[in-house]
Amino acid sequence: MSDVATRKSPRDSVAVGKNGADPVSTRALSPIEAYRANFQQQPAAPEWLQLLRAQGMQRFEALGFPTTKNEDWHFTSVAPIAERTFHPAMTTTAGVSSEGSTAGMVARADLRRFTFDQPAWHTLVFVNGEFSEDLSSYAGLGEKVRVSSLAKAIRSGVGRPDRLLGKIAAFENHAFTALNTAFIRDGAFIELQADAVVGEPIHLLFVSEGEGEAISHPRNLVVAAQNSRATIIESYVAIRDNCYFTNAVTEISLGDGARIDHYKMQRESEKSFHVGTTQIRQHRDSQLHSFSFAVGGSLARTNIYTSLDGNAATCTLNGLYLTDGVQHIDNQTSIEHIAPNCPSHEVYKGVLDGRSHGVFNGKVYVHPEAQKTDGKQSNNNLLLSPNARVDTKPQLEIFADDVKCTHGATVGRLDEVAMFYLNSRGIGRETARMLLTYAFAADVLETIELQPMKEELEKMVLARFADSGA
Amino acid sequence: MLEINDLHAGIGDREILRGITLRVNAGEVHAVMGPNGSGKSTLAQVLAGNPSYQVTRGTVSYNGQNLLELDPEVRAQNGIFLAFQYPVEIPGVSNAYFLRSAYNEIRKAKGMEEVDPLEFLDLVEEKLKLVDMDESMLSRSVNQGFSGGEKKRNEIFQMAVLSPRLAILDETDSGLDIDALRIVAQGVNTLRSPENATIVVTHYQRLLNYIIPDFVHVIANGRIVKSGGKELALELEEKGYDWLQNVDAGAGAAA
Repeated sequence: MSDVATRKSPRDSVAVGKNGADPVSTRALSPIEAYRANFQQQPAAPEWLQLLRAQGMQRFEALGFPTTKNEDWHFTSVAPIAERTFHPAMTTTAGVSSEGSTAGMVARADLRRFTFDQPAWHTLVFVNGEFSEDLSSYAGLGEKVRVSSLAKAIRSGVGRPDRLLGKIAAFENHAFTALNTAFIRDGAFIELQADAVVGEPIHLLFVSEGEGEAISHPRNLVVAAQNSRATIIESYVAIRDNCYFTNAVTEISLGDGARIDHYKMQRESEKSFHVGTTQIRQHRDSQLHSFSFAVGGSLARTNIYTSLDGNAATCTLNGLYLTDGVQHIDNQTSIEHIAPNCPSHEVYKGVLDGRSHGVFNGKVYVHPEAQKTDGKQSNNNLLLSPNARVDTKPQLEIFADDVKCTHGATVGRLDEVAMFYLNSRGIGRETARMLLTYAFAADVLETIELQPMKEELEKMVLARFADSGA
Repeated sequence: MLEINDLHAGIGDREILRGITLRVNAGEVHAVMGPNGSGKSTLAQVLAGNPSYQVTRGTVSYNGQNLLELDPEVRAQNGIFLAFQYPVEIPGVSNAYFLRSAYNEIRKAKGMEEVDPLEFLDLVEEKLKLVDMDESMLSRSVNQGFSGGEKKRNEIFQMAVLSPRLAILDETDSGLDIDALRIVAQGVNTLRSPENATIVVTHYQRLLNYIIPDFVHVIANGRIVKSGGKELALELEEKGYDWLQNVDAGAGAAA
């Protein structure tokens, strides 16, 4: 099979060094011009992808990075991202031959703490956005299931990724999605044929590793045909505390009666930047169960957008964000009720410590045809420090008349009465604080059906608040 | 064991305790009675170290230590237990986890080894019987969805497990039916010993039919206005509190 689509050919490498970090050619450029330069230096791809990338680049240049005047970014300034010039992350194919391949520097042992102790799970590992066959293991998925790297599917055309890629994740008004689209190269491509059932979860593990301020644009496509079922985890992690930018997009299509349990684990390094959009389209009777966990990054934004296109499709979008230090973690969800008879349930909780800043914006949009919509949304926040801050904005827009929708948001501090109750039993402030924080998060963690995931997150919540100051 | 001397305390600018003097020895059960708003619950809270109350004057010595400078958890580790009038619900934390944490914190403070969940289960089984509670309560969240009676029994259950030296029961009888009252009293009586002391704070004489006090004190307007033996409780039951409201403070402050 030809490797031509992803390998950097010598002709394309003139302006940038082998690792895409030639300082001479980029220093004078503005960050956006630098994206343009990097865009042009991408290796050749099939025509349909070249076209899609070009559309993405065009939209990105037209939109520019969002400012806080943009309603969707009102509480989050992306200036730290917009003002930096990131260079394309080093990949194995960029350093094809012997020396300096970064994937070679990531060992299986490094990944153990991110794999939930579940060797039976199907795991696809991506280093700096690029698939690593060596680190992955995903045998025995069954005949009706096809899993590969997106790069491979683009090269071979198997499974026709062109049919849906870029069709679900809208980029007309989303600069980061447009930017990702301009740099589509690799990620996971998962196809579930009709009635396919994947027993063990499929874990997409995106690892960032390497020096310098690198950017990667992971792109995933999941196509679940009618009545198929799978659990998919997207994890974003780092081995070391480096500064880098992950700009990820995942598109998921759910056919009639299909069910996907989707977990997003944002555990990036504390110095990093993360913008990740997962956008789903749901057909009739399909079920989406999404859980988004966000704990990493200095500036991070997770978007979970779903569109209930078919009658009686259901979704639950739950999430938990834990922030500390000077972190800024933003969560945006959007549920478009297009078709009638669709229930949507959403619970997001946040625990904010230090001088951190959390944001929640949950949109529920009920279109005129979406009668009998049953929407419930809540967002609860716990501020552990006087300097922590949260902005919460539930947003309900209803254009149908026969619907039942509720939403609510709370911001509170640790309950001093409960604190005294625990103290009066001999439990000191530190332990009591941990217990109460854990208790706050417990009910949303309780919604996680995947047991090892639930246990891991419970441990992480306890550990996170075990040793922080009172 | 406990010596309270001229204790003044309140919330913000509002003084609630206006000079309480009381001495409790090991082996004794003291009943503290009084009308609503007299300050009897405040006394219980202040002894347990509730930070909402400020002590403005007086001293409290507990086994020779200055109790007032100890954090509430240290008081508990040193053997003080308060059964709450309104036990707090903590959704998301199981009774087992909560109580084992408390038990182990107290053991750690004593330089003893912590117990694991299985050992702990063995240890609490008997105590559950004492308050007539089912083992399934251990996996439920602390007090969440408990009836009033269950909450009070849970307080006594915790007391039984933590085996304090000085137990303070704050209106544990309020809202209890007669059966629950009997169970609670039985729990308290089982824990009576020559080494331990109990302070029973109550509005009604009812509980004292089951927990026989050695001394009864009446608090009004933040002071102990009368002290006596168990018969004082019966007198109060008969006459009410009104006849004591105007009694001069200090009349029977020493027990």
